[in-house]
Amino acid sequence: MENIGKTIKNNIRQYAMLIALVVIMIFFQIGTGGILLYPMNVTNLVLQNSYVLILAIGMTLCILTGGNIDLSVGSVVAFIGAVSGTLMINMKMPMFPALLITLGIGLLIGLWQGFWIAYIRIPAFIVTLAGMLLFRGLTNTILQGLTLAPYPPEYQAISGGFIPDFLNFFGASFNVTTIVLGIVLSVLYVIMAIRKRKERDKYNFENTPTLFFIAQVIIIVAGIMLLSYWLAAYKGIPIIFVIIGTLVVIYTVFTQKTVPGRYIYAMGGNEKAAQLSGINTNKVLFFTYVNMSVLAAVAGISFSSRINSASPVAGQSFELDAIAACFIGGASAYGGVGTVIGAIIGALVMGVLNNGMSIMGVGIDLQMTIKGLVLLIAVAFDVISKRKSRG
Amino acid sequence: MGTILEMRNITKVFPGVKALDNVNFKVEAGEIHALVGENGAGKSTLMNVLSGIYPHGTYSGEIIYEGNVCTFRDIRDSEKVGIVIIHQELALQPYLSIGENMFLGNERQKHGFINWSRTHLEARELLKRVRLNESSQTLVKDISVGKQQLVEIAKALAKKVKLLILDEPTAALNEDDSNNLLDLILELKKDGITCILISHKLNEVMKVADTITILRDGAAIETLKVGVDAIDEDRVIKGMVGRTMVNRFPKREPKIGEVAFEVRDWNVYHPVITDRKIIKDVNIKVRRGEIVGISGLMGAGRTEFAMSIFGKAYGSRISGQIIKDGKPIEFNTVREAIDNGVSYLTEDRKSAGLILIDDIRHNITLPSLKKISKKGFIDQNKEVMVAEEYRSKLDIKSSSILQKAGNLSGGNQQKVVLSKWIFSRPDILILDEPTRGIDVGAKYEIYTIINQLADEGKSIIFISSELPEILGICDRIYVMNDGRIVGELTREEASSESIMKCIMQSNREVV
Repeated sequence: MENIGKTIKNNIRQYAMLIALVVIMIFFQIGTGGILLYPMNVTNLVLQNSYVLILAIGMTLCILTGGNIDLSVGSVVAFIGAVSGTLMINMKMPMFPALLITLGIGLLIGLWQGFWIAYIRIPAFIVTLAGMLLFRGLTNTILQGLTLAPYPPEYQAISGGFIPDFLNFFGASFNVTTIVLGIVLSVLYVIMAIRKRKERDKYNFENTPTLFFIAQVIIIVAGIMLLSYWLAAYKGIPIIFVIIGTLVVIYTVFTQKTVPGRYIYAMGGNEKAAQLSGINTNKVLFFTYVNMSVLAAVAGISFSSRINSASPVAGQSFELDAIAACFIGGASAYGGVGTVIGAIIGALVMGVLNNGMSIMGVGIDLQMTIKGLVLLIAVAFDVISKRKSRG
Repeated sequence: MGTILEMRNITKVFPGVKALDNVNFKVEAGEIHALVGENGAGKSTLMNVLSGIYPHGTYSGEIIYEGNVCTFRDIRDSEKVGIVIIHQELALQPYLSIGENMFLGNERQKHGFINWSRTHLEARELLKRVRLNESSQTLVKDISVGKQQLVEIAKALAKKVKLLILDEPTAALNEDDSNNLLDLILELKKDGITCILISHKLNEVMKVADTITILRDGAAIETLKVGVDAIDEDRVIKGMVGRTMVNRFPKREPKIGEVAFEVRDWNVYHPVITDRKIIKDVNIKVRRGEIVGISGLMGAGRTEFAMSIFGKAYGSRISGQIIKDGKPIEFNTVREAIDNGVSYLTEDRKSAGLILIDDIRHNITLPSLKKISKKGFIDQNKEVMVAEEYRSKLDIKSSSILQKAGNLSGGNQQKVVLSKWIFSRPDILILDEPTRGIDVGAKYEIYTIINQLADEGKSIIFISSELPEILGICDRIYVMNDGRIVGELTREEASSESIMKCIMQSNREVV
């Protein structure tokens, strides 16, 4: 018994937000009379929040380097929309060269801001605050205050399209491909979890008790299958969902398993020690900000595709949503602690709150108040639990 | 005039270290009382106890000041009764004016509004008293360190100081400023201000002190009266360093080979104030299998020297030559130094050596991730094996390699840092105060590890402020003072006295 108590205590921080997410979902499921988890609404939830999810991935890396944030991403999203709108709507450029150009511009923005932050060492807060004004201004210059619409259908499909149901040979009423993919993912997860556990046994690491492990696997498999059921019952897997999923996998592997990923954590953990271990921390910082702007460009494409227009007011306060998602997801405001998955969970917490409260007809004013309190409580929980574990 | 201060049976314990052991210390009113001892002897700790920085209850013993038993909770309590301490690192706000600094926390005010005319009027008076010819409106950042020291004293006078404590006041001053400051202390004595002077510079102590108390290893060894006892520098040095050494260092038969590493004509300037020379014409060489010590007092430039070699991690306008295995070589970054077999263990393991929020495993592999990765992907099984290997080899006491470095004791933290650098497989390992702040048992283990490394044919540069340690494990010792090498002693020639003499001699040449 004592052992289980200890295990729960040790893992509580890791799972606290996941549990909070489930609790919030149950709460709104009841509060909205079951609308929250309607297949259509689940799909919508992912689509609505795609931009925060993408931005939160990049923002996690920035925060990891030492609590640095990027305030410019909202304006960059608008700017990228303006560029892609001008290219594709005004100049009728085909989609692929236009996408390449917009991503290239994202890269240039990153090089610009990264230079000031990493090599001139102007605080990221200030550089990106300047960027926030700068790129909002440029957006207005390009669009001359007007909204461009509509995009060609293939561009709209980025955020509105679904993976075709190519495995549905029998004319089933639900999306077979999605279910098959869900099963494949579940099996992959189980294999990986068991392999990891065996490895830990091999090195005599403390492992969670078997019962706990089985429960964990069942919950996660159930989660995957539920999600695929919801998606299958509506239109299947949204294309943007695949893009986000790929990004999450790439960045999780990057941060957890590669040398540069380790350098980011090391820099945030103790920059001086990292430098004296031969790490070029300027380069690390530079990379994270270049990366952030490229991801902001991806978010800009996804957002303009979703609203099917390039608007001068797009992306306002997106930076704050992304930052909040990271902190709710357990990132430390001092750097060195946090995960991509955590930020994704944080973003989903915010997304469910938004969506659930909207369905329940809670006013925008109250919604903001509640989200503010959630952010504060989540971070306070983190700070206090850390202090306790130290003392 | 009688006794102004008596500290009785003061004992202060830090985790794992007894910093003060039953110290008795008595100061007569109106005298200048010098407090001398090696680094780590407990001088600053004793003064921190006195001034309330270590509040009542965190130490045992009694403080009797002007006849009353004192229980200071913080520095404000002690300042209220006229005890003011001026630390070695000055505590002035560079962007405030001299006048504002002098009355910081002690403002000339009414109902929370500062009376600026009174502030600057009184400031002007006090500046005259310390003979500082500057406007009280001048910003502190615009005046020299010597003048800043005078502002500190004026600030103390503004607090109606009766007992002034100066911790190494002349360490950063040039000759003129030092003499000026000492004259001022003598003048304050005439006004009835009692002074405790902590100093390494014995010639200064001889010049102004009435009484000298010698601390060693956290205990008061003796108190000498000038004019009563026969005192000279040798006598004081003996008191400072004389101690018995029984088996504090593991035995070793050195197997010394050819010269492996050499630094020639090394000059380094301050990283910000680029016309201030920090390291001056340093030449050293180290042989294979040799442990070479660099001894010196705090601020001698040892750390700066080591870091400037280590991929120019310190300083600007660095010039000179590094020769490794007979070939000239240049390191422009820390990475290059590590890749070419030179590693440096920092003196400050917490703020520059470890990532405290990360685990033992990640800390050990950080500088050498290339060794355990393929195409940028870390082989995490290999990483675990490396960490386990060092955990058992160096006997790092921990629950597992996943324990956070911040939760380890000082000695075990140091073993993690050592593991980290040993795994980087250096030929030359520079160790900067590798045993600072750790207990005697762990020290012995670390000496044993260092000896093993030397026996494997590595060259060790061992920087330490503790003379017994340097004498106990080094084959050859360089003495550094004020950025220069001022002596080179073989194991046979070296003794506490001979090292101290090198330092004192060079001080005399400069002063």
